[in-house]
Amino acid sequence: MLRFIAGRLIVVIAVAITLSFITFFLLNYAIDPAQAVAGEEALFEEIEQVRIQYGFDRPILERYFEWASGVMRGNFGESYYWNKSVYLLVLERAPETITLALMSVSVTIIIAIPLGIVAALNPNTIIDRFALGIAVAAQAVPNFWLGLLMIILFALTFPIFPVSGDKTYFHFVLPSIVLGASSVPPVMRLMRTGLLDVVDSDYIRTARSNGFYGWNLTINHSMRNAVLPVVSVLAVQLGHKFGGSVITESVFAINGLGRLALESILGTDIPTVQILVFIFAFMFLIFNLFADILNAYLDPRLRK
Amino acid sequence: MIFELFAKRLFPQAFNNDLSELEPKHIFLRKSVNHLGFKFGLTMLLIIIFLGIFGPHIIGISPYEQDLTKRLLPPIWVEGGNWEHIFGTDGNGRDYLARILYGTRISLTIGFGAAFVGMIIGISLGILAGYFGGWVDQLVNYLLTCQLALPGLLLAMTVVFLIGPSITVVILVIGVLHWTLFLVVSRSATQRIRNLDYVLAANAIGASKYQIIFSDIIPNILNQIIVIFTLEVGIAILSEASLSFLGVGIQPPTPSWGLLIAEGREALFFQPWLIILPGIALFLLVVSINMLGDGLRDITDPNSKIEIKSKVEVPISNLKQNINSKK
Repeated sequence: MLRFIAGRLIVVIAVAITLSFITFFLLNYAIDPAQAVAGEEALFEEIEQVRIQYGFDRPILERYFEWASGVMRGNFGESYYWNKSVYLLVLERAPETITLALMSVSVTIIIAIPLGIVAALNPNTIIDRFALGIAVAAQAVPNFWLGLLMIILFALTFPIFPVSGDKTYFHFVLPSIVLGASSVPPVMRLMRTGLLDVVDSDYIRTARSNGFYGWNLTINHSMRNAVLPVVSVLAVQLGHKFGGSVITESVFAINGLGRLALESILGTDIPTVQILVFIFAFMFLIFNLFADILNAYLDPRLRK
Repeated sequence: MIFELFAKRLFPQAFNNDLSELEPKHIFLRKSVNHLGFKFGLTMLLIIIFLGIFGPHIIGISPYEQDLTKRLLPPIWVEGGNWEHIFGTDGNGRDYLARILYGTRISLTIGFGAAFVGMIIGISLGILAGYFGGWVDQLVNYLLTCQLALPGLLLAMTVVFLIGPSITVVILVIGVLHWTLFLVVSRSATQRIRNLDYVLAANAIGASKYQIIFSDIIPNILNQIIVIFTLEVGIAILSEASLSFLGVGIQPPTPSWGLLIAEGREALFFQPWLIILPGIALFLLVVSINMLGDGLRDITDPNSKIEIKSKVEVPISNLKQNINSKK
């Protein structure tokens, strides 16, 4: 088990380094960073002055190593656009995004798992069709559009939840529903097929012949095996939520990392964008690692 | 249904009651006639493509023509709408129906274009990894892990914004960020096919690696690739809409649906149709593509449980005779 975790950890670190490398090069070659700092209308002399002042004239590898060693020590650089340390910016905005991510995964669990169970218990009936229909619809609906529809609906017709801002937890209800809806189809389908696969297995037949039936059978016997892949997919989805927060946060005016990312891109603030891409990728890797370890812990066959 | 009528008119031999003489494409057709989602998706997608190609010509109004005296007219079903502008007009007095119809072209172009770019990358890497194995496989696997971890939307936003948004850039960026499904599917299919007898036989009679890849492997993974391609078109269309909605994709005045929704946001509570109409268009297009993809997967899957029903009972003796004569 320890060897398995160590192996995975090495891959995660290697991927994280590769990704930081790729994003750094991409963002420093796609545009001229000096131009970005000086602004669109800057004169040639001004741009050159900025280039020397900020050290953009140095070799890119040297700058990468300086940046990377800074990141490891918690120094994310200075934001040109916000005139602030990127570290403080991220620290300020992170709680909103973490709340949003956790709440939206809870929404996914609340909707997708019961739906999957009910669909699997009544295969090929109208209930099953209904659940699959919801999955098809949730897969095709554009996130931002669902958010705007919710705003129209809840601002005018049912003013229960606030539709904009991030002051209280109530403000996060609608955004979480919108962000959580996009994960419903994979989780629901997996729950359904997982249960259907298990239902045919020998040990369920044995349990049935021993007199277990109904919810007792489902919860205590079938679910134990069927829920494994669902848990790991949920962890992966949680990793996705950080990157997915960009749209939802900008629709519902939540001051989180996603909105910070959008604003930084529009203000060509390279240091902030760079660190956010890295943080989102790192979050995904961490949750993936967690899912792998969990799976290996629960299913010894996977530890090789 | 219309679909069945067309199918029967075009391929009468597929609806032969003698099931033993069906060719593969006829079996496909017979199965598809019994798959409701496939029929629905295909019909709707064809209608949308038709509207996208011919719609702007039929209504004959330019999506760019502004008339500031006719700003924010309501659509026909809201009080005050008239037949001149069936879906009303937007904030600059442009006909909304024309803009939505024209937007179909943008969505379809970007959807198919980006899925194609992704397909080329994914299949190439997948076949390389699956066929050669060893360190090539491990390298590709590493690339896959990196790609999966990247926050796709955020990176797409950044790159499109920095390079300068245009349709070509959006297609390329979305395509380059969406190849993982193609890779996974083509790699596992190639691994499976590589060790089948007929590939070994081709190898034994001296076929080169490229001959084997192009004439033995690619045709055999095509079924699965088409399914993934369809689903990826849907994903790419949604990505483009998200990019345009955030203002870092297609730029005004080009009528992309995502952009229309972003523009309609200013009048969220007073002219909600400005948001609802393009959203419905987007939803219908992606639903039909997804249903088509799901249907294709069910139909082409050899283990699928869709039965071919023959409307007229074929006497069993007849079938047996046929099988015997084939032996």
